[in-house]
Amino acid sequence: MTFTLSAESEKIVDELLTRYPTKRASCLPVLHLCQREQGWISPEVIDYVAKRLDLPTSEVQGIVTFYTMYHQEPVAPNVVWVCRTLSCDLRGGREVQKHLEERFGCHVGGTSKDGKFTLKTAECLAACGQAPMIQVNDEFYENLTLASLDRVIDELAAKTGVKSPSGTPQPGTPEARVRAKTLMGLGEG
Amino acid sequence: MADFPKVLSNRYALPQSWTLKTVEAHGAYSAARQAFTTMKPEQIAAEVKDANIRGRGGAGFPAGVKWSFLPKDSKVAPYLVINADEGEPGTFKDRTIMELDPHRLIEGCLIAMRAIGANVCYIYVRGELVTSIKRLEAAIEEARSRGYIGKQPFGVNHELKIYVHMGAGAYICGEETSLLNSLEGMRGEPRLKPPFPAVKGAFGAPTIVNNVETIASVPDIIRMGGKAWSDQSRLPRDGGTRLYGVSGHVKTPGVYEAPVGLTLRELIYDLGGGMLYAARPLKAVIPGGSSTPVLRPGDLVHAPDEKHPLHPWHGKSHIDVPMGVDTFRALGTMLGTCCAIVMDDSVNMVDVARNLMHFYSHESCGQCTPCREGTGWLHDVLRNLCEGRGSENDAAMLVEIANNMMGNTICAFADGTAMPMLGLLQKFREEFIEAGKRGAPKHTLGATVRGIGFTGGAA
Ligand SMILES: Cc1cc2nc3c(=O)[nH]c(=O)nc-3n(C[C@H](O)[C@H](O)[C@H](O)COP(=O)(O)O)c2cc1C
Ligand code: SF4
Ligand code: FES
Repeated sequence: MTFTLSAESEKIVDELLTRYPTKRASCLPVLHLCQREQGWISPEVIDYVAKRLDLPTSEVQGIVTFYTMYHQEPVAPNVVWVCRTLSCDLRGGREVQKHLEERFGCHVGGTSKDGKFTLKTAECLAACGQAPMIQVNDEFYENLTLASLDRVIDELAAKTGVKSPSGTPQPGTPEARVRAKTLMGLGEG
Repeated sequence: MADFPKVLSNRYALPQSWTLKTVEAHGAYSAARQAFTTMKPEQIAAEVKDANIRGRGGAGFPAGVKWSFLPKDSKVAPYLVINADEGEPGTFKDRTIMELDPHRLIEGCLIAMRAIGANVCYIYVRGELVTSIKRLEAAIEEARSRGYIGKQPFGVNHELKIYVHMGAGAYICGEETSLLNSLEGMRGEPRLKPPFPAVKGAFGAPTIVNNVETIASVPDIIRMGGKAWSDQSRLPRDGGTRLYGVSGHVKTPGVYEAPVGLTLRELIYDLGGGMLYAARPLKAVIPGGSSTPVLRPGDLVHAPDEKHPLHPWHGKSHIDVPMGVDTFRALGTMLGTCCAIVMDDSVNMVDVARNLMHFYSHESCGQCTPCREGTGWLHDVLRNLCEGRGSENDAAMLVEIANNMMGNTICAFADGTAMPMLGLLQKFREEFIEAGKRGAPKHTLGATVRGIGFTGGAA
């Protein structure tokens, strides 16, 4: 199976290529676009990016493994990052993680029983004064209490219609795909 | 609460403060217009030099001096690269500029590009900061539609382009040469210096890398004049106002603007609202991001010699010394990003070290053996200590590992790991010895907030 970007995203790639003096400099943003369409960076995505930017696949692979934001395996439609660095832990980051592990019925790195959430831990996300906090997809949720944390997860669970057994490949949420357009300088922001 | 005049953050509270419509009624782009239409590039650079602005990204290098390092005879135009990778634990100030007043950063970029002769600026934003990225993109679009970015900004023939470049999650990409590799589409591994970016930076061209806050201060420097801007500071050779962050065990954590030279006591007890729980006094404070060695309120400045830079504060607590690049270096720590992490007496310092060394072992890029192995060992030893599997010799071993990391690596990451580790060991040695004997008390970091649910703020 080969991977292709939507026509719309291809236009964004064309625009990205004009921004830098070299083709390879578009590598990180193009990988972001692909992940927003497909949910993760599959071997097919790596082949596509290598071809599109005239890079050896090994180079693209090396980039994907270096950066934590690229998912090298399928993830649920909602990826929940719990910040566990010092300022957050001083205000209950560990409790947030424990609560989510119980609620999702999985450990960090796993996906919730209903297949809607993948749980990960993050290093400091530049929200230390609003600790404890989590990031879900593109949004930050700050100054959490256990009650507000549950409300956030309830709302997201209700919005995420597709149910599937945990671990099954999931496409990025429709919302994330729409946002991809506004991110690369071509949208209303 | 002390009320300091807001300069850099004076538009934060306006409704829709990230839109041009709001901020242009409050002076946005007037400094850029002034710089483009009434000043020569050298005059702009001279004002920035007079402003004595020390880089806000952590190292505290004077921005005006850095700009003067660009080669005068270069055939290619230099790049301006904005470091918006904000990832140093405890640091959350640049995000406020990008989210609440992105036009101030864009205006600063325009003026800085005029001063150094750049045509292209890349703003390298940490990939997780999606709101920042969206608001910057929108601000660039608004400025472009007005012609402020384009072929003839303010009617002057000096083509300007500004692009946001989205990172992908790696703390090390905040190091300037790693950031440049990442911008060029490579793994974010730091480069050997020299050559310094000013000589050979992005895509092989001369490049100025500056922090978000450094460049966002430039419009005010032009508007007020370098000297007047500098004089807002309480300290010499370290000018202006800056954003202070305070997090951890205080009542009102957040980002606050104040003159350079505020004390940690003011930051914690005044701006930060005081300790979170009255019954739990201040034990330690990490002054400027996790790479800066810890301070204790009980330590007093010992500087009887009149020539000592800290002599004016002889006999006073470390937290009463004004926060400046030079004063904090003299104290044996660093000012760093000026964002303090405050800890009360419920916290065990072995637990703190374990948390931080987990971060560093996760984030080392792995190019240099002392750093790759050292960060891993530090974390292993600390985890053992915390889980009751340590020994009395572990404190000495931690010192040895940290010492072997210093000064032996490509970038400052290893020093930025070893220094805070050594600081904790030096100031809280008994806790490490005790943990070796009997194990460290478990999970002390959130102790004060546990059991009450989260209050999410003041109690
Ligand atoms: C490991 C490491 C991480 C860094 N992270 C950042 C960062 O996130 N943001 C930043 O502005 N500077 C960071 N720096 C400092 C930069 O290398 C550089 O000094 C700074 O961007 C220069 O800008 P300034 O002179 O305006 O401060 C980091 C340095 C090191 C060694
Ligand atoms: S010191 Fe550490 S982070 Fe810096 S280049 Fe060496 S291994 Fe990488
Ligand atoms: S420590 Fe969690 S956001 Fe900084």
